[in-house]
Amino acid sequence: MSMRRSLPFVIPLALVLGSGATLAADRPGLGKPVTEADLALWDITVGPDGAGLPPGSGTPAQGAAVYAQKCELCHGNGGQGGRNAALSGPERTVANYVPHATTIFDYTRRAMPWQQPKTLTNDEVYAVTAYILALNKIIGENDVMNADSLPKVKMPNRDGFVSKYPERR
Amino acid sequence: MSKRRQNGSPPLEPVAGNGLLDRRALLGRGIVFASAAATGVTASLTGAGAEPLAVDPWSLEIGTAIPPYERPAKYEKDVVRTLTNPKNEPRNSQARTPHHLLNGTITPNGLHFVVARGGFPDIEPDKHRLVIHGLVKQPLVFSLDTLARYPMVSRICFVECGGNSAPLFSKDPVQANVQAIHGLLSCAEWTGVRLSTLLEETGIDPKAKWFLAEGSDLPTMNRSVPLAKALDDAIIALYQNGERLNPSQGYPMRLLLPGYEGNMSVKWLHRIKLVEAPVMAMNETMQYTMRVAGPKVWQFYFPQEVKSFVTHPSPGLTLKGPGFYEISGLAYSGNGRIAKVMVSADGGKSYAPAILDAPVLSKSLTRFRIPWRWDGQPVVLQSRAWDEAGNVQPTRAELLAERGQPKINPPVTAFTMGHMNAITSWGIDDKGEARHVYA
Repeated sequence: MSMRRSLPFVIPLALVLGSGATLAADRPGLGKPVTEADLALWDITVGPDGAGLPPGSGTPAQGAAVYAQKCELCHGNGGQGGRNAALSGPERTVANYVPHATTIFDYTRRAMPWQQPKTLTNDEVYAVTAYILALNKIIGENDVMNADSLPKVKMPNRDGFVSKYPERR
Repeated sequence: MSKRRQNGSPPLEPVAGNGLLDRRALLGRGIVFASAAATGVTASLTGAGAEPLAVDPWSLEIGTAIPPYERPAKYEKDVVRTLTNPKNEPRNSQARTPHHLLNGTITPNGLHFVVARGGFPDIEPDKHRLVIHGLVKQPLVFSLDTLARYPMVSRICFVECGGNSAPLFSKDPVQANVQAIHGLLSCAEWTGVRLSTLLEETGIDPKAKWFLAEGSDLPTMNRSVPLAKALDDAIIALYQNGERLNPSQGYPMRLLLPGYEGNMSVKWLHRIKLVEAPVMAMNETMQYTMRVAGPKVWQFYFPQEVKSFVTHPSPGLTLKGPGFYEISGLAYSGNGRIAKVMVSADGGKSYAPAILDAPVLSKSLTRFRIPWRWDGQPVVLQSRAWDEAGNVQPTRAELLAERGQPKINPPVTAFTMGHMNAITSWGIDDKGEARHVYA
C-alpha cells in the first residue's frame, strides 16, 4: 500500500521522430492514405474545449420535448432514473461526475437514444444537453446551448477531478 | 522438519496456522506426512479400501463421432458465465467468468468475461476498417486483410474490468461466490499487430501526447489513452487463444492494453486519433472514475493493481470432511510479474508462501497453490500478493482507510467504486462450507 510503482519503459526515438526515421522498404506500407475530410462522418469526437462541436442550438424547453419522447423510457421522469441511469440527483450524476458539459453532448450524439443511436439531429442533441444541464440547475431555463456557449458552461465539480496518471498517488 | 527421510522429501508439518503445509510438498518429489501425533489428524493419504472395479459400460460400445468444433463434455454444462442482461434490454450487459470451476490460468474463449453496451455488433470483417488519424504525418486506413500481413506478436495477458471486485466495497460481506465477486477478469493469449508498428507508418506529430480509441458498437465507445502506452505494449489484437476474436471480445479487432483497466482495451476498434489531451469521454468522467473524499474524483486510474484471491476452496465448493486439500487461486498485477503470494488459514494472523505455477508472466494471471490439512474446525482463508515493482496487495481495512468507509450494501452487480484490489477472505465453517467474510 505504501509503495505504488510502475516499471520504467523507454519510448523508441524513431517513433517520436516519425516516419522519416525508418526506410519505407522496411515496412509493409499497406495502409491507404486518407484525408481528414474523408473522415468527417467518423470523427464525431467533441473535445472539452468545444473542438468538433457542430452548428446548431437548443434550449431546455426544446430538450424537454425531445426527452419525453426519446429518453424518458429509460432515464425516468425528470431524469430521476428508471431502468437506466439517473441524470440528476445526489449520486453518480452529471453534476458530480462530468467535468465538462461537452461530454454530455458527445455521448448523447454518439450513443443515444439506445434503440436508435445517432438519429438525433444536432439541434436535438444541443436541446437535450441543455435540458439535462437545466435539470441539474447548472444553466438557466432560458439559456441557449450551441457551439459557443456549451464549452463555457462551468460544471460544478470541474475542480474536483484529480488525474491519477502518470502518478497514482 | 530437519530430519530427512530416505527419499529426501521433508515431512509435512504445518508451516502456518490452521494446517497450512510446506509448499515444497507440491513440487512432485512425493508427499511424506509427519507423525499423526504431531498434527492430531490421520497421517495417511490413502483412505478406506476401494470396491472391486467392474468393466465400465462405455468401454463396451462405440463412442460418439468426433465433431468439427468440440464443446466441453455434457456433464460440464454448468460451467458457464453468469449474465446480468440475457434479454439484451437497453442497459449494459455483463458476463462473469466462473473461476471457481476452472483451473490453470487461461480462460477459454467462451467463458471470457464481457462488459458490453447494446450487445455485440454484427461486423462484416471484409467491410471493417481501422483508421489512424489526428496528430499524425499521414492518416491511414487499414482493412483486416492488410493488417493480417503485418508482423504480429503473441502475448498472454489478463483483462480485468475496472469495476471487478466492487462487492468488497459493500458495508457487509456480500454473500456471493468468486464468480460474482471477481468474475470480471479473464486471461488469454492475444495475437495481433503492435500499435507502434502502425504508428511508424503514420508518423507521430510531436504535439501528440494521448490517443483516442473508438469502437464501432452501439455507443461508439471511446477512451483516451496516453500515447506512451501505444509505444510500450499496446497491440491491435486479431486472435484470442489462437482463434479469431470472439464476437463479444471485439471481432474482428480490438485494442489490447496489457495491465490497464479493461474498458480502455476498446473492442470493435475502428478509429484511433492522436490528440494533445484527453477528450473527457463519458467512460473516463461519469464512469470509470472514483469519488474518494468529498468532491474529489479520481480520474485516469489506469493500471489494475496487484491482487489475488483464493478460488479453491471458495463459496459453493464445500469441503468433504477433514484431511488434505490444495488451496489454489489467482494472482496478477497490471504493473508486471507476480513476485510472491502468501496464504493464510487463520484470517491473516500467520502466512505461508505459496507455489507459483510457471511460467510467471508479466500482466498475466498466475496460479498459486499451497497444500493444506484441514482439521475440521472453522478457518478463514486469505491470499496476499506482491508484484515485481514492489507493490503489495492491501488489506481491505488499509484500502478503505484511503477511499472512505462504505455505508451501504448495493446489489452485487453494482459498481459503487472501482479498482478494488484488497484481500478477500473466505470463512470455512465446521461443515466445510465457505462464506465471504471480512477479517
